[in-house]
Amino acid sequence: MAFPQLIMYEEESQQISTVLERLVRESNAKTIFLVDKNGQLISSAGDVARIDTTSLASLTAGNIAATGGLAKLLGEKEFSILFHEGEKDNLHISLIGSRVILVVIFDEHSSLGLVRLRVKKASGELNAIFEGLIRKAEAASSEGAESPFAEITDDDIENLFGE
Amino acid sequence: MSFVNYSSREINTKIVYYGPGLCGKTTNLQHIFNKTNPQARGKMISLATETERTLFFDFLPLSLGEIRGFKTRFHLYTVPGQVFYDASRKLILKGVDGLVFVADSQVERMEANLESFENMKINLKEQGYELDRIPYVIQYNKRDLPNAAPVEEMRKLLNIKNVPDFEAVARSGDGVFDTLKNICRLVIVELRKGK
Repeated sequence: MAFPQLIMYEEESQQISTVLERLVRESNAKTIFLVDKNGQLISSAGDVARIDTTSLASLTAGNIAATGGLAKLLGEKEFSILFHEGEKDNLHISLIGSRVILVVIFDEHSSLGLVRLRVKKASGELNAIFEGLIRKAEAASSEGAESPFAEITDDDIENLFGE
Repeated sequence: MSFVNYSSREINTKIVYYGPGLCGKTTNLQHIFNKTNPQARGKMISLATETERTLFFDFLPLSLGEIRGFKTRFHLYTVPGQVFYDASRKLILKGVDGLVFVADSQVERMEANLESFENMKINLKEQGYELDRIPYVIQYNKRDLPNAAPVEEMRKLLNIKNVPDFEAVARSGDGVFDTLKNICRLVIVELRKGK
């Protein structure tokens, strides 16, 4: 494969959930999402029932990509924090380790200051988890671990398209 | 770049529809959206201008059932085709796993097809990809129009690598799912190869 895949394991997934759930509580946020820069939803916490999470992930990634493009035009490396203010809900979007995007949705029960403060702390923890994850994936690939999909047969693929 | 989630047992991949302005990229996605079981797809998002020209991208998430216990999810994107949206086009290519190049069959659009194909190669390179290393297929769209160029001619012009190619009329849906199934298949085959 031309580019390394992002791989999420059970263990790290649990660790991320723990961090996100604590962040929801400590920042008084409504919902928190963790999104890959390519628009894939990695994890979420809080009240997600009424939100189209797939669309949210894709649009957030588009937003970050466009902002990154703007930053480059201006000679900045990146704009690491975006804030969108609504009548009721607000969005705080931040980049973690220039790899993943943390989205915090909050209303009047919280404040921008509190969210910023708590996000900063959680970012460090999340960054450490992702660094570990990348090392783990690299180690697995250098050990020549078989891709779990190496066993996929042509029939498996055909079955996906069964009418 | 696919995203494999062992925790939720999902494989997520990204497929981008590329091609010149008004070639029918959005129409492809609209047809897929209309003809897919609502349980197998999410909402289609179109970031378009008031005149319904794509401004940033269209997005349509699809689920295609399970493979080896993993749910397969394909995220379909289109790029804005108009020449001056090049900066946005580059951004959409980030993390792409497979490409569909949609060519406009009308004779007078051949130059635009070629220009867009070259632009795709350049933009891929800027993101660190080589077209030769990414699964892609070609769709000759608008075959129903009277001024459509012969397929053989288009093939010579655009399909130098002899990748799978398809004739289509996206407006009525002809060839749209053939194209989609093939690119999905190629992406999974690539996944099977692993690193």
